[in-house]
Amino acid sequence: MKEEFKVISELINEKSRVLDVGCGDGILMEYLLKNKVVDARGLEISKEKVKKCLSNGLAVVEGNAEHDLKQFPDLSFDYVILSQTLQAFMSPENVIKDLLRVGKKVIVTIPNFGHWKVRLDLLFKGEMPITKNLPYEWYNTPNLHMCTIQDFYNFCHNKGINIFKTISLNGQKTSKITSSNLKFKNLISELGIFLLEK
Amino acid sequence: MKSITIKQPLKLDCGKEISNFPLAYETYGNLNEKKDNAILVFHALTGDQFASGINPVTNKEGWWNYAVGPGKAFDTDKFFVICANVIGGCMGSYGPGTIDPSTNKPIGTNFPVITINDMVNAQYNLLDHFKIEKLFAVAGGSMGGMQVLQFVSNFPNKAKVALPIACTASHSAQNIAFNELGRQAIMSDINWKDGLYDGQTNNPDKGLAVARMAAHITYLSKKGLQEKFGRNLQERSDLKFGFDADFQIESYLRYQGSVFVDRFDANSYLYITRAMDYFDLTKQYGGNLSKAFKESKTKFFIISFTSDWLYPTSENKDIVIALNAIGADVGFVEIKTDKGHDSFLLDVPDFLSTIKNYLNTTYLNINERRI
Repeated sequence: MKEEFKVISELINEKSRVLDVGCGDGILMEYLLKNKVVDARGLEISKEKVKKCLSNGLAVVEGNAEHDLKQFPDLSFDYVILSQTLQAFMSPENVIKDLLRVGKKVIVTIPNFGHWKVRLDLLFKGEMPITKNLPYEWYNTPNLHMCTIQDFYNFCHNKGINIFKTISLNGQKTSKITSSNLKFKNLISELGIFLLEK
Repeated sequence: MKSITIKQPLKLDCGKEISNFPLAYETYGNLNEKKDNAILVFHALTGDQFASGINPVTNKEGWWNYAVGPGKAFDTDKFFVICANVIGGCMGSYGPGTIDPSTNKPIGTNFPVITINDMVNAQYNLLDHFKIEKLFAVAGGSMGGMQVLQFVSNFPNKAKVALPIACTASHSAQNIAFNELGRQAIMSDINWKDGLYDGQTNNPDKGLAVARMAAHITYLSKKGLQEKFGRNLQERSDLKFGFDADFQIESYLRYQGSVFVDRFDANSYLYITRAMDYFDLTKQYGGNLSKAFKESKTKFFIISFTSDWLYPTSENKDIVIALNAIGADVGFVEIKTDKGHDSFLLDVPDFLSTIKNYLNTTYLNINERRI
């Protein structure tokens, strides 16, 4: 089980209604169904992955978050999850706005472009960084809008989005991110996990 | 041929009432002791109750033989599949071809106009017949999918799972237009005689064949047709400068038309296409499709096909959107294929395997979680 999913699961109350946006092959949904007895729905763009989810009996709908979140009514989910997908959207700002409309709480996880290895890659090699979480070349990456934990933190602050909790994930290690340790955590975290509310 | 006689009166949407009428059906697999493994399958416009195996009347494979059978998508080793001939049909159920005992002639166009709602209400009697409290699933493609939607809205707690495939909640102008073309072909046939032909000799076969040819084109995709036939010539090396079937596609359509008239009644074609045209579930619920499913806890799995231009993905998605608007349990996938609307009847492995896995897993999940 991905460490990230354990952290997400701990943020979620039992028996709540959850929408996993970009649910992939449904591993997180299955994990939440088992451990938190949630009522889970998924939205996924890849036909192959949707078929896999449906084969496992999951309530997953094929669609693109940039167009298809519309169909979900306001505050119709207790939690909406967006795991490592924000950077791939044409308009991350609009997607976040829609997530906050649909979900009472929103969990967003971000592959951190501020990690020291990423910074060193660019500084010493002068090449676009390729890491475990960001394995693409510049010319074939689906990631249009990379950001750092600090960037996303600033974004929420500027847009008046409440951040309830921020968690750093570095390998297997999790730790809390606060405004006082943000600069440092932005350097050592591979992943930032944010719990948001409008 | 198996059939039940529905004794109690059924009030039709047109206002008339019918009673003591036959509903022909077929079953595949076995109903288990708990009676929780039954799947009611609804057929499309020209289908019948013989979904699987060899149709004893036509001696050809059943219309959903790819999907229904031992080890198949609707696995009859596990599930008990029931399929009935719709009322208005011509395979043993009450329809315009039924002989009126007072005249000893087919009822013909004296048969009342029926709707998808009437078809579903008639088939509901099969649950009583088999003493099934709740179906595991209802499923069907095209007009069968419309019946699935109508069934869940009429009987919100009688099916755990619903699979509407390649269908719509509201028959489009384009589809009404194609159906009208078919009906006009039949009604222009001199043998149609206002629908009062005797059903023995001199039937409106030419009109019915043309209706079938036109409809058949709409079931395929441009790409599929081009790849299968292109401009290939039919058993000749050059054009003949006449109106014979020079091209393979012409010969194919003529063949489809000619075999169709052997198994289908022209008046049934009129009645059933009319029922499809009248189908507008959204309107039935005051313009809000979500209301049709509000009372239901049924788990939906909706499927469309990329090359289906008759019941395009957008119309299937409207159903998904209506269900999501009320927080229903819904899955949806658009299957990639060049086989057009007919995809649901054909060997499309992605489609068949996804249904098979979905049904098997969901059956286990429901039993384990004791929902």
